[in-house]
Amino acid sequence: MVKRAMIAIGPFHPLQEEAEFFQLYVEGETVVDMDVRISYNHRGIEQLSTQKTFDQVPFVVERVCGICSASHPLAYIRAVEDICGCTVPERAEYLRTIVKELERIHSHMLWLGLAGHFIGYNTVWMWVWKYREPVLETLERATGSRIHYANAKIGGVRRDMDDEALRAIDKAMDDLRGPMEMLTNAVLDDPVIHARLKDVGILTLEDARKWCVTGPTARGSGWAIDARADDPYGAYDRVQWQVRTRPEGDVFAKTVVRCLETLDALDIIKQCVRDMPGGPIDAGVEHVPAGEGCGRVEAPRGEAFHYVRSDGSNKPVRHKIRAPSYVNVPSFKASCIGQHIADVTITLASVDPCYSCTERFATARDATTGRHVMTFADMVRMSQERTRALQKEMGVEPLKLE
Amino acid sequence: MTQAATDPQSASPGGAALADRIAERLGEMVFARTDANPRRTWLSVRPERVREAVRVLWEEFDGRMATASGIDVRDGIEVQYHFSFDRANLVVTLRVLAARPETELDSVGQDLPAANWIEREMHDLLGVRFRGHPDMRRLILSDDWPEGVYPLRRDYDNANERRGPSGAMPPDEAQG
Repeated sequence: MVKRAMIAIGPFHPLQEEAEFFQLYVEGETVVDMDVRISYNHRGIEQLSTQKTFDQVPFVVERVCGICSASHPLAYIRAVEDICGCTVPERAEYLRTIVKELERIHSHMLWLGLAGHFIGYNTVWMWVWKYREPVLETLERATGSRIHYANAKIGGVRRDMDDEALRAIDKAMDDLRGPMEMLTNAVLDDPVIHARLKDVGILTLEDARKWCVTGPTARGSGWAIDARADDPYGAYDRVQWQVRTRPEGDVFAKTVVRCLETLDALDIIKQCVRDMPGGPIDAGVEHVPAGEGCGRVEAPRGEAFHYVRSDGSNKPVRHKIRAPSYVNVPSFKASCIGQHIADVTITLASVDPCYSCTERFATARDATTGRHVMTFADMVRMSQERTRALQKEMGVEPLKLE
Repeated sequence: MTQAATDPQSASPGGAALADRIAERLGEMVFARTDANPRRTWLSVRPERVREAVRVLWEEFDGRMATASGIDVRDGIEVQYHFSFDRANLVVTLRVLAARPETELDSVGQDLPAANWIEREMHDLLGVRFRGHPDMRRLILSDDWPEGVYPLRRDYDNANERRGPSGAMPPDEAQG
């Protein structure tokens, strides 16, 4: 009988520098069971939020996550706008959409780079992040900050963008299209990436529904859900785009979905700039009546869901925040079991877990002796070696930079 | 390349009609209904029927459980299960009261894996006991947090919170 050992990835991730604890139970090199422990970094934002006024809360909740820092405030704001029943001016909706899609681009590019690194394509990592940088600069140009944009407020947006800023955004999107198409094609056409990522970490549609996953994790399993289409906000019901899905449910499917969504985001932003209506940017909400509301926004990782209850005072009575990783991470129970341990690194990375919502350091211990067996860096090395082995098998030379 | 193309404009607007059908199917399990707008409906469910009601939403109407929210109210802990019906652009929330002093409910996590974590979270933070939950270990609170202290309840007072290993206090308290 093969001895069962526990490999602990966590509680602090050495690469992504965030806290989350995966316990993988392995027999030989096959994962047979797993457990996830979270909340080493619980910050009590839901409680903190009830001590702030309605107008202050967006500044708190954009700190839920540095990557999704447009999504969480907007989900909260939509929940409050539901309570108020107010109509947001059209121009504000377009401005919100631009920032939301810029966020999606930089988040998907961040993921693509990290995924490339995990499987040993460090060139992909360097190049994607190089082209991601101008996106952050564009965000700074548009909102005044690379992260924590603070552009949305209840009833509209806080700051307008002038024509010059809009032209700069439009140009940045034009400039990014070429590189992004090149990267997408490079990833989608590479035979080794196909061999490495296809049929790895499959999440079936049935399991996806059981664990109620969202975002690219769901769409990669052929489940066409997207809060932008299903509960339209911003300008998403006024511009042309489509919900991208792939039926396979493996890591490759999720990669394809993200690449295509990034290209779509470029188009959405360009349409928003082209069709930008004039007029006010703020509905001037002065009072939040008693009531309750749910706000949904499609963050890069999936649906961010906020519930707000008001008793008519100036602070929320209850504010529940559900970040997308909170429902995506438990689905590892379905996608990792039966996997080769070298595939787990990329499978865990494939849902793009956001550690602000959930947590990882990696050290592997022998379950009986407690002795350290390997570190997460070893696991990345194993993952990269597996790619090398495939390259050798397929007669592909690894790319060397002069 | 195969992709399902969906036109965002074509999302069916039948939210209110679907909410009616759901309320009708749940019948006497529901004793109150609030429609905040055509996209958001709240149904108050009798506590002893909550497991059955969740199963109907999940299995018969293909609802996706977004999450659950727990709120400390006068008579107990109010638990809201938020279900999204994506094609119809509708969120139906089942409202159920875990009445004091027991604050107990049947676990829906035993049927629906997606409810597993959020029920553990509500158990940690609000002290709702979920009968029949497969794995009631702590999710949010640390292992050395005292038993029976629920930080999201109204009567929670952080003045009694145990200090960190160094005994450090926030500066203003240390001076006072």
